[in-house]
Amino acid sequence: MSDILSMTAVAARQALDNKTISAVELTEAYIKAADDTADNNAYVLRTSDKAMEMAKASDKRLAKGEAGLLEGIPIGIKDMFCTQGVETTASSAILKGFVPPYESTVTENLWQDGAVMLGKINCDEFAMGSANETSAFGAVTNPWTASEGPLQGKALTPGGSSGGSAAAMAARSTLLAPGTDTGGSIRQPAAFCGLVGMKPTYGRCSRRGIVAFASSLDQAGPITRDVADCALMMTSMASYDSGDSTSIDAPLPDLMDAFATAKNAGIKGMRIGIPDEYTVDGMPDQIASLWETGRKWLEDAGAVCVPVSLPHTQYALPAYYIIAPAEASSNLARYDGVRYGLRVDGASLDDMYAKTRGAGFGDEVKRRILIGTYVLSAGYYDAYYIKAQKIRRLIQNDFTNVFADVDALLTPSTPSSAFALGDESKDPLSMFLNDVFTVPANLAGIPAISVPAGLSSDGLPLGLQLIAPSLREDTLIKGAAILESAAGFDHVASGAAS
Amino acid sequence: MTENNSEQHAIDTSTIQKIARLARMEIQPEREQALCGELSTIISWIEQLGECDTANVEPLASVTGHSLPMRDDVVTAGNEPEAVLSNAPEEASHFFVVPKVIE
Repeated sequence: MSDILSMTAVAARQALDNKTISAVELTEAYIKAADDTADNNAYVLRTSDKAMEMAKASDKRLAKGEAGLLEGIPIGIKDMFCTQGVETTASSAILKGFVPPYESTVTENLWQDGAVMLGKINCDEFAMGSANETSAFGAVTNPWTASEGPLQGKALTPGGSSGGSAAAMAARSTLLAPGTDTGGSIRQPAAFCGLVGMKPTYGRCSRRGIVAFASSLDQAGPITRDVADCALMMTSMASYDSGDSTSIDAPLPDLMDAFATAKNAGIKGMRIGIPDEYTVDGMPDQIASLWETGRKWLEDAGAVCVPVSLPHTQYALPAYYIIAPAEASSNLARYDGVRYGLRVDGASLDDMYAKTRGAGFGDEVKRRILIGTYVLSAGYYDAYYIKAQKIRRLIQNDFTNVFADVDALLTPSTPSSAFALGDESKDPLSMFLNDVFTVPANLAGIPAISVPAGLSSDGLPLGLQLIAPSLREDTLIKGAAILESAAGFDHVASGAAS
Repeated sequence: MTENNSEQHAIDTSTIQKIARLARMEIQPEREQALCGELSTIISWIEQLGECDTANVEPLASVTGHSLPMRDDVVTAGNEPEAVLSNAPEEASHFFVVPKVIE
């Protein structure tokens, strides 16, 4: 069994093609792994019967030589993706019982390519959070544990908002995991759980059927065990979709080819910028030194690393915390107790709205709706919302300017490794600071990837981030392939299924 | 928010009540005081944007840089009232039911 669970998706695809395993055997192994690791609370809904049916159908297609890109690969779906006929709640009480009559484009792409659905996965409520603690289903526990120091013996966060997806990946109760990333929600949990996580260019993956948080920032992407799996899964997830008005109608570069090219020929001549402004106050020494090590790894493979400046970086996070709540307050106006989800009766229509929303939303979601409503309200709109959009322009210009000279940027993924559950949830502002390195790429709409690069002194995963210009996911895959080879990260979480 | 505003931006309970009303979202009275502190902290932190010079900068609303695509104005889906109403908390005769809004 452990041999099956230790295979990457690329390896499992090969084993399925070679008939050394069947899709049914693979799916059974993951269903058992999800049973064995259920304590981490990663899954909010299991669809094991459906998974077995889909696996049997995959085996038939494999036998006929009609296998798709992800044929027979078992996947747990973040509960932000609408799945036809399968309850979808965004981990919110207000959507309890909501059964979408349609499928999201991204998950439809996965099923079209032969993937097998294991169930729905926990996340922060409406993807608002960085520790998976705001979920109406309760927190998720990181399968990684500290080997020494003050965190030893404590339950740690897997990060968020795709915390359940990252925890399930690290626990090996799913083989691939689609996430969504509005300010770092794929990359930060991937970093905390020793995984690869990519937020592609805004518009690469259709937003159709993804529960909306902040529409100008939301973007789906893969969380995977390694870079080759990331290239594979990204290829399946991305598509032009007329059902999403901001979908990009441009071909995805051949990411599997980019991976092979970097592995065979290195990245000679690639220019990598090291942004001065990402050296932040209080950055732990081991993160600063890992960043320096990453630079050397890229240089050893032929890259040229140069210091660059992104002068408006410090304003990215406060601008994000105007734009994202503003869009969220508008998007979440739809939860009114009329068409779907929770209804709490009231004396009037307005009273019904207010009671329904008061009962259905959790504290963090309410906080963000209030902030968003405030910054959009009469008298404050120009001072906050327009100001933030101007800052957003300056941040995008910063990136455009440096990408005239470099192919990609190297930064740490997060300012720390995983912290203890409950440690930061009392203070909303310190929770926001988790996203300091990830938010700028969302504001600029450009692709970024987090790659596991080492362990902290207390044995917890740390990630390095690469950021590339719009549409250049191939550059990310090349750089990530080099970082992955050099880091040789082959650690497995203590809470992984075996 | 002026360019050099350094004073703390305090949000009081009446502001909380006003924006909660705008958002049609009930806030438990016992949460109001805590929310004043939480939102004041966040808004004060956001005020640092005032020090960044944004004169003559165009606001950025969309990163894609292309105009919205147009399509033919034709019906591509519909006539599925059961599917549309399948999640309604209350429905009758293919309508969503809401509390009476006309006196």
